[in-house]
Amino acid sequence: MYLTTRNSPPRTGQPAAGGKLPSTVFALGAVSLLTDVSAEMITAFLPVYLLYTLQLGYVQFGLLDGLYNGATAMLRLLGGFVSDRLRRPKMVAMAGYGASALAKLAFPLAGASGAGIGGVLAFDRAGKGLRTAPRDALISLSTPPGRLGRAFGVHRAMDTFGALLGPLVTFWILAELGTGASPVFVVSFCFAVLGCIVLATFVREHVPPTPKPARSPVSWRACAGLLRDRRIRRITLAAGLLGLVTISDAFVFVVLQKTSGVPLELLPLLPLGTALVFLAAAVPMGLAADRFGRWPVFFAGHVLLLGVYAALLVPNGGFPVAVAALVGHGLFYAATDGVLMAYAGPLVPEALRASGLAVVQTGQAVARLLSSVAFGFLLAAMTMRSAVLLVLGAFVLVLVGSALLLRRRPDALAA
Amino acid sequence: MRWLREHRVAAGIVAMVLVVLAGGGYVFWTSATGRAGEAASAMPGDLLFIDQSDGRDVVQRVPLADPGGPRQDTAERCQRVYSAGGTTVCLRLAGPGPSYEVAVLGADGRVLRTLGLAGIPNRARVSASGQVVSWTSFVTGDSYAVPGGFSTRTGVLDLRTGTLIESLEDFSTTVAGEPLLAADRNYWGVTVAADDHTFYATVSSQNRTWLVKGDLLDRTMREVRPGPECPSLSPDGTKVAYKKRLGRFGQWELAVLDLTTRHEQVLPGTVGIDDQAAWLDDTRLAYAQVPGDGRKSSVFAVRADGSAPPELLVADASSPVPMR
Repeated sequence: MYLTTRNSPPRTGQPAAGGKLPSTVFALGAVSLLTDVSAEMITAFLPVYLLYTLQLGYVQFGLLDGLYNGATAMLRLLGGFVSDRLRRPKMVAMAGYGASALAKLAFPLAGASGAGIGGVLAFDRAGKGLRTAPRDALISLSTPPGRLGRAFGVHRAMDTFGALLGPLVTFWILAELGTGASPVFVVSFCFAVLGCIVLATFVREHVPPTPKPARSPVSWRACAGLLRDRRIRRITLAAGLLGLVTISDAFVFVVLQKTSGVPLELLPLLPLGTALVFLAAAVPMGLAADRFGRWPVFFAGHVLLLGVYAALLVPNGGFPVAVAALVGHGLFYAATDGVLMAYAGPLVPEALRASGLAVVQTGQAVARLLSSVAFGFLLAAMTMRSAVLLVLGAFVLVLVGSALLLRRRPDALAA
Repeated sequence: MRWLREHRVAAGIVAMVLVVLAGGGYVFWTSATGRAGEAASAMPGDLLFIDQSDGRDVVQRVPLADPGGPRQDTAERCQRVYSAGGTTVCLRLAGPGPSYEVAVLGADGRVLRTLGLAGIPNRARVSASGQVVSWTSFVTGDSYAVPGGFSTRTGVLDLRTGTLIESLEDFSTTVAGEPLLAADRNYWGVTVAADDHTFYATVSSQNRTWLVKGDLLDRTMREVRPGPECPSLSPDGTKVAYKKRLGRFGQWELAVLDLTTRHEQVLPGTVGIDDQAAWLDDTRLAYAQVPGDGRKSSVFAVRADGSAPPELLVADASSPVPMR
């Protein structure tokens, strides 16, 4: 059953895949676009800043990076829980976006202290962790279930567009204003603030249709109880297992450059290829998910990723193999990133929406972190080819396992 | 209620316009403070370096005899620069991405060759003859043990033959008597000897580093000792300066190894050095160091025997290059 918000008139429609998307989706897309410009500006600049301006060692930087990657997982759960508990997803998302905006100003204050930079990075990532689940819950709660795939597709496409713009803005600043740190941080801060203003102005708080009960149904016990629901448990498990065999993007690009034999100088452009395909395919994949079912599309995305890993084993494939791998990689993101949320959303009771999405996301994020570390050890111990082969074998096992786990397609549209 | 809602949208739009105006104004104000001046070219006896005062990375020169004297701009803007034997290597911004390139310049300042870089410019060297050019870039997101960390790509170009070695990872390396085959091995900081084929460099794997001695012709490297990074060979080829960590994850300090006696001298007061040091002559080194208290990188000079504390050579500067 779909319950409307106060601000969007009740749609007496069947959960069809057609129809308009609520303006909230576009507003949240714009917020993510602006915030991603801000975030990716920093991602592109941070190595220059740390290595060149501050002269931090790269081992130190690696430690910081691990720290902030780990920091988000737990905060996702917290963000989802608080958002459901207070019944104010927009407010919690706002806090998360605001924290990341403030972090941009804190970088110069931290100076060349490794601990200081680590703290700011952790704060920034904490903001990201906090906001993700309530934001996805807002999208999920404001969109009719039949259009969720498309809604998340639109959101992820806008998000990716921002991520592509960010490095361009940074480059323009470096070329025009020099590699001094202040302009990059100030402009990044401005984009982040614009994102916060759009959120405050154009996104309406989701108001539950039922009056607030005397005792909130949202408790840690209720959230833990989500995993007692077989479908939620299984999708969390499947997403987590698939996450365990997902090699981090950085590894994919590096291994791809080496095995395909494309020029080394193209390495920085490979992520761009994936992002462009993701951008172009996010909405069509969302539509496909609405039409053919979210689980099949999510699963097909991982089959594509298996193909990408197989391409990593083709020696000296040159540009054709590199392009095919990047297209597959971009399609994998388009078929899985938003689609997983579109799939999980309707399975979770409305009162626990943010918590439920956070549980699924956290499972996936933690699994991917573990897989990155594990793949790192594999690379230190064996050749690249053997490491990829090993992952490939595990991938096939997990695909079979997750197909068995969800073979009944609990993806009925009328959730 | 309706009034409030419209009011909120208007307030939001006004706020956005204010942010855009403030940000745009700041960028405009920053870009307006440009620098104009005649470009000078470096002479023997000059010290070349990158000006760090305004982030524009202009290569400047001062007479080494009077390092406190007036600094003159040259025509180049680089993130790292080195020059010897009439050849200059400049690692600089190249295009959207942001991406970077290696520019090899001849004695007349003309670009002989440019090569794309796979990451952030970090080390640049030219052999004394000007014939062998090497560079290192730090590639983000491809360190193997830590997700999102760093790894390096080191290239070498021989101008006599045009031979380009894109990455030292293709060489065979021996560490502790065993061939190093781990896929996570990284190389950086090459310094080439007067014969133009013997070189020293850093190799790392699993967060351990070693000083290696190699040969560009038979493409091999073998361990000299564990620990040191970023070697720099003295002009007479008898000593190698490098940085080493105080603790496991501590800061670096500068040390000099006598290659005949194997005596290692740590130079006091050099904590915080990054990059390769540059030999001013056979007894003195110049290096860039970030003080660590928020101040910009500056170039210091220190005696190679550790007999005296370092002294400031040029403030707000990096990449010192003595012109011979």
